[in-house]
Amino acid sequence: MNVGTRRPAMARGVGTGMPHDAARLHVTGQARYVDDIPLPQGALHLAFGLSDIAAGRLTSIDLTAVRTAPGVVGAWGAADLGINPDCSPSNHDEPLLSDGTIHYLGQPLFLVAADSHLAARQAVRCAAITTKADTPILTIDDAIAADTRFEDGPRMYGRGDPDAAIDAAAHQVSGRLEMGGQEHFYLEGQAAAAIPQEGGDMLVHSSTQHPTEIQHKVAHALGVPMHAVRVETRRMGGGFGGKESQGNALAIACALVAAQTGRPVKMRYDRDDDMMITGKRHDFRIDYRAGIDDAGRITGIDFTQYARCGWAMDLSLPVADRAMLHADNAYWLPAVRITSHRLRTNTQSATAYRGFGGPQGMLGIERVMDHIAHQLGRDPLEIRRANYYPEAGERNVPASPAAGTTTPYGQEVSDFVLHDLTTQLEQSADYESRRANIANWNAKNTVLKRGLSLTPVKFGISFTLTHLNQAGALVHVYQDGSIAMNHGGTEMGQGLFQKVAQVAASRFGVDVTAVKITATDTAKVPNTSATAASSGSDLNGMAVAAACDTIRSRMAAHLARVRQADPADVCFAGGAVHVGQDVLSFEDAAAECYMARISLSATGFYSTPEITWDRIKGHGRPFYYFAYGAACTEVILDTLTGENRILRTDILHDAGASLNPALDIGQIEGGYVQGAGWLTMEELVWDDKGRLRTHAPSTYKIPAMGDRPRIFNVSLYDAENREDTIYRSKAVGEPPFMLGISALMALSDAVAACGDGSIYPALDAPATPERLLAAIARMQDAAT
Amino acid sequence: MVEFTLNGAHVRIDGEPPTRTLLDWLRETRGLTGTKEGCNEGDCGACTVMVTDDLGARALNACILFLPQLSGKTVRTVEGLAAPDGTLHPVQQAMIDHHGAQCGFCTPGFVMSMATAHANGAQDYDTQLAGNLCRCTGYAPIHRAAEAAAQAPVPQHIASELASAASAAPTNLSSRGAAANSAEGGQPAARNPAATCGTTDAAVFQPNTSDALAAWYLDNPGATLIAGATDVGLWVTKQFRDLGPVAFLNACADLRGIDITDDTVTIGAMTTLTELLPAMQKLHPSFADMIRRYGSVQVRNAATVGGNVANGSPIGDSPPALIALGATLHLRKGDSRRALLLEDFFLEYGKQDRSPGEFVEAISIPRQTDRLRCYKISKRFDQDISALCGCLNITVESGTVTAARIAFGGMAGIPKRASAVETALIGQPWTDASVTAALPAFAQDFSPLSDMRASAQYRLASARNLLRRYLAEDLGVNVSALEVTP
Repeated sequence: MNVGTRRPAMARGVGTGMPHDAARLHVTGQARYVDDIPLPQGALHLAFGLSDIAAGRLTSIDLTAVRTAPGVVGAWGAADLGINPDCSPSNHDEPLLSDGTIHYLGQPLFLVAADSHLAARQAVRCAAITTKADTPILTIDDAIAADTRFEDGPRMYGRGDPDAAIDAAAHQVSGRLEMGGQEHFYLEGQAAAAIPQEGGDMLVHSSTQHPTEIQHKVAHALGVPMHAVRVETRRMGGGFGGKESQGNALAIACALVAAQTGRPVKMRYDRDDDMMITGKRHDFRIDYRAGIDDAGRITGIDFTQYARCGWAMDLSLPVADRAMLHADNAYWLPAVRITSHRLRTNTQSATAYRGFGGPQGMLGIERVMDHIAHQLGRDPLEIRRANYYPEAGERNVPASPAAGTTTPYGQEVSDFVLHDLTTQLEQSADYESRRANIANWNAKNTVLKRGLSLTPVKFGISFTLTHLNQAGALVHVYQDGSIAMNHGGTEMGQGLFQKVAQVAASRFGVDVTAVKITATDTAKVPNTSATAASSGSDLNGMAVAAACDTIRSRMAAHLARVRQADPADVCFAGGAVHVGQDVLSFEDAAAECYMARISLSATGFYSTPEITWDRIKGHGRPFYYFAYGAACTEVILDTLTGENRILRTDILHDAGASLNPALDIGQIEGGYVQGAGWLTMEELVWDDKGRLRTHAPSTYKIPAMGDRPRIFNVSLYDAENREDTIYRSKAVGEPPFMLGISALMALSDAVAACGDGSIYPALDAPATPERLLAAIARMQDAAT
Repeated sequence: MVEFTLNGAHVRIDGEPPTRTLLDWLRETRGLTGTKEGCNEGDCGACTVMVTDDLGARALNACILFLPQLSGKTVRTVEGLAAPDGTLHPVQQAMIDHHGAQCGFCTPGFVMSMATAHANGAQDYDTQLAGNLCRCTGYAPIHRAAEAAAQAPVPQHIASELASAASAAPTNLSSRGAAANSAEGGQPAARNPAATCGTTDAAVFQPNTSDALAAWYLDNPGATLIAGATDVGLWVTKQFRDLGPVAFLNACADLRGIDITDDTVTIGAMTTLTELLPAMQKLHPSFADMIRRYGSVQVRNAATVGGNVANGSPIGDSPPALIALGATLHLRKGDSRRALLLEDFFLEYGKQDRSPGEFVEAISIPRQTDRLRCYKISKRFDQDISALCGCLNITVESGTVTAARIAFGGMAGIPKRASAVETALIGQPWTDASVTAALPAFAQDFSPLSDMRASAQYRLASARNLLRRYLAEDLGVNVSALEVTP
């Protein structure tokens, strides 16, 4: 039999570095985001009126002037709504509009609907609001003093007797590290639209990482079953965790007004509103005390983590848990205590942000490593290596013999690759000779100082809320051999759709262009988890593979039966199906199966195996595996002003057997720059009234083009995942973010070069020019 | 009524308010949703469009660009960037090939900035793309894409648009004053009926000459003058301010351009920062380096020197440099003109020595040996508002300081001279000891504020250090982090 003429020259599937599936739509402006979707005539636009105080009571609210403002169709305070639905993803503590209590400056108090976005925003200014202000609890110190917290007390994980170990150790270090939060600054602000359907059903377009959550919250708000609400998400203009729960309020508001007016309703936050209303990364304080032996190894360590969670619980508990779970990063901690305080403050409710607490916990131990090295007068890389977990399995790398393999929470580290990975990076980045050159250079330069650092990342992969580790998919093969693929994951720029389409292509042995990627839709795949925790391709790739395999088995069974072949010998490859001696194109195979009344549609499902976790005890296996990486950063620092630049960054990162190396490298480059931004120039400033003063890009500075490293070498570590993940790949969304820690540590190194070694720089984050200049002054004062 | 060319087609707009932004009009009225709103204040570049006139192609932020500013110009949005047959522009193709788009939301703005740079032959991408923020990629692949597309020829449809705009009615910037002296400029009212723009109650005026502006402004002293709208734009998009009557000055060619004689450099008020940059590169390169960090390409293409002075910002970056150069401000009211030292224009925060109906016509700088150094300090190097900006111009003869003009932005309610520091330096030997002795004088000159950009302590400490940097740089010490290579 002839092979079909439409057979592609090459069947590109997993492992190919292909561009993002929507790249052409992106560059031509055709890619549609929520605000670009044309709505039926008569659409309304919403805006929130926001609180002007951080804590207190709403004593009166008069919206008369709002209602008569040009273009306004309606305005509602909580009392006008009839119901005041909850927007929380966790705790039912986030009323859509203030119920009388004001929890933070920026909290929505009332809602306006008008015939344009501009008219709604303008009308908000017409409201007459009176409030009675209380003293707000704004800072970590405020919250500790007032003992305002989530959960009844601190959580504690650990083992052994760290106090005794620290006291008995040859050396001790102790200190405090403050680190700021971070605004997501997704380029597309929060947006949602609701379009009423027949019979009271609602169609919602939402820029969300979690369509099922939107569906659930909208259904609850409307008092209808989930089946009456359909949520569609084609793409987001960036998410980074900021669209895991923060889109709830907009979607609920749209659906309520749509149900009430029968008109299509859209809401998008103006950038300033977005930054004033929505949550950000948790800022943390970490106090530490560690005992160290003469070899630089930690013998005991005690961390106290304080997380500023803001006014509502949101996702703060699992965020703070993950910070505890990354307090070890790559290091064996024989005796350890990690205490975590989840503090409630009158500020925006801190939320998910790439790394989900992991970066904060990891920064704590990296500070300790740097501090130990300074105190012992040793190279920080040497100290890091001395404390690494042992290398896994067959790799012939000497591990420190005393090191154990168990994390503070009882999970075995059985896939550790950082000894080998670090050595490879150390060589490719020429660490040792650059370290010497920099010391020489610094000795000759009085005003400018250079700094160098190499830091590792070990990041746990899986949702720590174990039940979330599930995914579904829906795959159709049409009679012409084209394939439509749908899964519960959402596309926010990370290339998930492309990677999963490559999985589908590989399962059917066709080129990826045969696979159509369709918008995430709660009517196609139900009960999905947020696209978060770096889990997107791990979970959805597996679910799609399962669906494809179901169809493939049916096809193979049929094709083999009519040819008297063994179904086990049917092979899908190169755009063709091989059945015994027979070869037919995939298109012809699909057509033949259709004619034979074989079902060419299937669902797929996946749940991550082997994980089991008790978050109260802090014990078990929360993670299926770990992802690894390391970065080496060199900086230049101006000691007169604190200004600085990243000169060079080398990264070696473990993405397992990459599904798409081009997209994975994109995640690594972007993650690094975002992580470095968090720790350097990105500074959130609240004033003493609780007003966020950095609520727009004019005042909140994310890295720009010129801030990327002058030299930026990024490579993938070539190794398969030891666990049975989709094609042995590894998750890559969050782990590279923490490579940015090397930028802060390099700055610390440059600051240290300003002193005589008598004091440790103890550099807090973000290391703005101001913080750097203050640290430099401390060094210089101590030296004189 | 406003007429311009959009993606090759003529458009005529009636009935829109004069403060309708190009971005809102594109997205809401025309359904051209490729141009994105990321911040609505000109800081993220997601709304970047290419605007061409006889001065060439420029990237501009559509979110703070009012429709009347486009009169007679040619606008290209991302929808019109590919060739009519669908062939992608080289920068679009390179962005695909080099994985320059992840979430894609900033991408239309990036490709428009890249296409404009490409059309202009500019390859300093850190500068050209400083006004476009991306949160996904870390910029490396975008930079690679820009480099990859650099050698490709400018596509025909873009090249011919540039060529036809260049041959259109000249705005004639080569010599300011020329237009003012011409017969055409002398008869403003005849060619300039106050343009009405739709149904707004407020008067809208679009003069072609400064004479016409002077006469109208005398009659409408409460009006808002709109030059580049990089500041006024935010009054509209963020503050919903009622501007009252407005005049758009973009057609006042005689207020634009730079005149250089043997003893004076005269800068027309409507000269953009982009136009000022190359002139300063020759005369005062450190000033040019600072201008390169003033806003972004998109902002500098719109923002004017006159606007930067007239709005009285305590942190506007050009006033301290101009004060340090001993600049004179030229004001006009009706037919009367006066000149004053620029530092005397700034009275206190929010208050300038400008009477109703009076406007900035020009700024002049005495020609001098270049001793100016401009130091802009900000959290982010590019496209950030200064925490402080120090401009120092210290003359040393035979090892002794003979003159000093030192001015700072961000250190007081106004751009302000460091008079006590100057006094402490003048007559002293140009040494580390003299500089150290002068440092306490900073506290006499300045009591800076603490705000979200920096604390008072940091401002004062780094201001002192900028004087130390000036000396060190003068003595040949390596003080430029930008020049260090790994």
